[in-house]
Amino acid sequence: MPAADLVANVVVSGILTGLVYGLMALGLSVIFGVVRVVNFAHGEMMTIAMYAATALFAALKLDPFLAMLPVAAAFFVFGYLLQAGLINPFITRPEHSQFMLLVAVAIILVNAMLMVFGPDARNVQVDYQLESFELGPLLVDKARLFAAIAAVVAAAAFFAFFRYTLTGKAIRACADNYLGARIVGLNVKHLYALTFGLGAVCVAIAGCAMVLLVDVTPPLGPSYTLLAFVIVIVGGLGSMGGALLGGVLIGVSEALAGLFITPSAKSMFSFGLLILVLLLRPQGLLGKRA
Amino acid sequence: MKRRQFNKALAVAGALAAVNPFAIVRAQAQKLRVGVILPRSGYLGFIGQSCQKGADLAPGVIKELLGVELELMNADFESNVDTARTRAERLIQEGAHVLVGPFDSGAASAIAQVAEQRGIPFVINIAAAPQITEQGYKFVFRNFQTAGDIVRNGLDLIGELFQATSTVPRTAVFMHVNDTFGQAMAKGINAVLPRRTQLPFKIVDQIGYDPAAKDLSVEVSKAKATNADFLLLVCRLNDAIILRREMVKQRWQPMGIVSPGSPGMYEEQYFKTLGKLSEYSISNVPWYNPKSNMTQRVEAAFKKANPKDNLVFHGLNVGFTFEAILIAADAFKRAKSTDPKALAEAIRQTNITEKMSLGGPIKFNDKGQVEGIGSACVQNLNLLPTVVLPQEAATAKPVFPVPGYKKT
Amino acid sequence: MNRNRALTPIYLLTGLAAILVALPFFVGNYALSVATLILYFAYTGQAWNVMMGFAGQLSLGHALYVGVGAYAAGALFFYYGIGPWAGLWLAIALCVALGLVIGFLAFRFGISGVYFALLTIAFAEFTRIGFDHFGWTGGPGGMFLRVAQRDTWDLANFRGPPLMYYYAMLFLTAGAFALCAWLLRSRAGYYWQAIREDEEAARALGINAFRWKLLAVAISAAMTAVAGVFFAFYYNNLFPEQIFHISRSIEIILGPVIGGVGTLFGPLLGAAVLTLLSDGISDALNALGLDIPGVKQVFYGLVLLCVVMFLPHGIWPPIARRLRL
Repeated sequence: MPAADLVANVVVSGILTGLVYGLMALGLSVIFGVVRVVNFAHGEMMTIAMYAATALFAALKLDPFLAMLPVAAAFFVFGYLLQAGLINPFITRPEHSQFMLLVAVAIILVNAMLMVFGPDARNVQVDYQLESFELGPLLVDKARLFAAIAAVVAAAAFFAFFRYTLTGKAIRACADNYLGARIVGLNVKHLYALTFGLGAVCVAIAGCAMVLLVDVTPPLGPSYTLLAFVIVIVGGLGSMGGALLGGVLIGVSEALAGLFITPSAKSMFSFGLLILVLLLRPQGLLGKRA
Repeated sequence: MKRRQFNKALAVAGALAAVNPFAIVRAQAQKLRVGVILPRSGYLGFIGQSCQKGADLAPGVIKELLGVELELMNADFESNVDTARTRAERLIQEGAHVLVGPFDSGAASAIAQVAEQRGIPFVINIAAAPQITEQGYKFVFRNFQTAGDIVRNGLDLIGELFQATSTVPRTAVFMHVNDTFGQAMAKGINAVLPRRTQLPFKIVDQIGYDPAAKDLSVEVSKAKATNADFLLLVCRLNDAIILRREMVKQRWQPMGIVSPGSPGMYEEQYFKTLGKLSEYSISNVPWYNPKSNMTQRVEAAFKKANPKDNLVFHGLNVGFTFEAILIAADAFKRAKSTDPKALAEAIRQTNITEKMSLGGPIKFNDKGQVEGIGSACVQNLNLLPTVVLPQEAATAKPVFPVPGYKKT
Repeated sequence: MNRNRALTPIYLLTGLAAILVALPFFVGNYALSVATLILYFAYTGQAWNVMMGFAGQLSLGHALYVGVGAYAAGALFFYYGIGPWAGLWLAIALCVALGLVIGFLAFRFGISGVYFALLTIAFAEFTRIGFDHFGWTGGPGGMFLRVAQRDTWDLANFRGPPLMYYYAMLFLTAGAFALCAWLLRSRAGYYWQAIREDEEAARALGINAFRWKLLAVAISAAMTAVAGVFFAFYYNNLFPEQIFHISRSIEIILGPVIGGVGTLFGPLLGAAVLTLLSDGISDALNALGLDIPGVKQVFYGLVLLCVVMFLPHGIWPPIARRLRL
């Protein structure tokens, strides 16, 4: 039975990482919840954000937290154009078509990254990366804490946007009732593209935060896509709080599973959880029943 | 160049198709066509490219040494086993007389089957899975240690390390990557260690981790909690880097990090990424003898082709890839023909004493395996992988425990 | 006019069959191995097609059945020397059971569309990691089957020259084609089409959608299991990381989606186009000297993108229209 402080450290670490995952999943939840498109290139987008952060760091010594601004702006434009230009006609098409479209996009993105950046892992090396705060028996990784804080701040900003601004409400209207929204005169195509752009911004910020914790290689993309989907399903589609909660839950459960069972099997746990949630409570923990 | 022209010619010939089901072009050649299959892209990309450097310098050096003309036919199997199989087929179709490669055990197994089926000799440069030479193949040869050999040599070197530094660690935590290679090594260690009674330490915990995992904080926390004297590690490159960093974040500094035989800690990327943190990591791996004549020649050729690079970072990859091609060329010289059966027979009779790698002469047993390949204890000193044991090949003294060691 | 229309497909089919049977006499071993690969993907694509094209259920974890089938037959051979013909039955039994479990859970709990797809992915990933830790089948180190010989046709142990494997795969693909053609025209086929078009309406008409969907899943799983057995005895080494990986599942569906979901020729055409394309791009890039890793896959992705965007029902339907089928 592992010692209490070991468990505490592992749980704290899981929560912090989970918050960053949660932000990434938030982007997916928003996209999936509103536009109803299965963004199978979500993880790849996250990976590109991570690469962008490393490139900016290599060229300008820009700290990833500062890099968040330009990367997010670029991603907003990219996401908007992707949705408006490529994905929009696919909304009414069958799922396997949507899926294949985004798989094709994902293949192009992953291999473009491989071409440009090569297969070696890339990272940023900032001074505080190897430092930790000592709080009694807890050793809290500095970079992880900062990343988590950034994730929470970004998520809060998104909540505020969707709840209090007119555009945010319009987007929620589209999600709830597509036909109604069009009747009322909302420019749905534009709002969808906006949503995708915003989802991409989430991914951009999460990516810049993640690059402090993890080295980036092209194959990261697909594993993050799966992770994002697991979190969104578990947390609840269309619920932003659910995405964060799901992220934390997955982060902690994987950490604990790694501690008590064998670490290499911890993903098995997440997939098992996914299966259970899909069967017993498909709307997720915080989602609304359709 | 040659290959493109050859492809066009083959396309035309193919259209006029001879009723020759094998379509192997058996040129009565003065040149030996060597098909080099390596993973130059995909997750093994950087290692494949490293091996390729060894292949590229081989024709020049071998021409000087043996007077034999070689033509390399390079193929990239993209770190994918299926592609390895089809590329092997392709190379044979295009007239390769012998195949060399592939670094990865899964691909080696697939290519071995193709080679055996087509009766074309296949010389494996690097692959550790023992089963490959246990299948009764007649055309497959391996000039590398099996996982079992690596473990035995690695553990013996650990014993030597403790003797040389007069240390007596009692406990070790064993972490290993959970893939084909890591599993084979773990099995080997669990089988061999209990019988090595002269080794003073016991393994207090065994932690397997996912090779694709990006976050190893839980694993390191577990390892740290064991309070073991040192870390016994079987890893690959990326995870080695992650582990090292995580150890610093969690302020865990055991007596040292010792690998009984795995890639990663001696690779260039490890140094580039970790800087000073890479110091003192130890890998016991098959290595080249820095003092042998062959090494001097290869080093010179390497410097000429890669002026900004240092052979020492590619020692294992370049050394064994070069030797595999050397074996093929040496057999060609003795067989005086490119007929695959004759080549295979000649390879079976190989006895090369002037070589690059440590250990005894290159001689194949009846399973096609070379026995007696030596390992070296390679420690990262001054940002370079340095041979510290065995003493005959050493260029520095080992450092153990590491200077920052804190007994918790 | 009508008689001609009914006969043209037969002529085409016979022609195609004749070409495929005679192929080995005109090409070398490399082309033969490529052809075998194409047929393999055509076969697994056809198997997947039963579930998707016929019953409308998107499965993104079909590698699960290939893997379980392969390991089942492989383990029997490895430990007990039992040949593939007996191993086949265990493989099929296990995969059908698995498929039924997944189908039952999904349909009973009303999971469909994207959620169903994710469920299949979850099962495949779960199994992949599971096998990675399952010592009896070799864990991540993989399972290596012994190959006794490669010269003579030994059908009992499924060992022989590449020619044998080619004909075996051809036989399987032809069989799958025939089976699907028969299924489409049978009562099951009509029920499936009804369910696929509008499940609620079908139910309203009294069709037990639940049972028929399960049947589609079971047939699909069984067919894919056979592919798994072939895989085990052709490649002779099984690694969980490779055989259960999601990229395998995606490979399986690429053929039918490009060729045409729900059609008979789609999987075969799609598999052929994709494999030849992949090889062709490789060659073209080599010829141009563009040897940068990743370039080939980018082109591949671009082609995929174009087909998905401009030929949403696949390559086959426009061709079929041209041929007035």
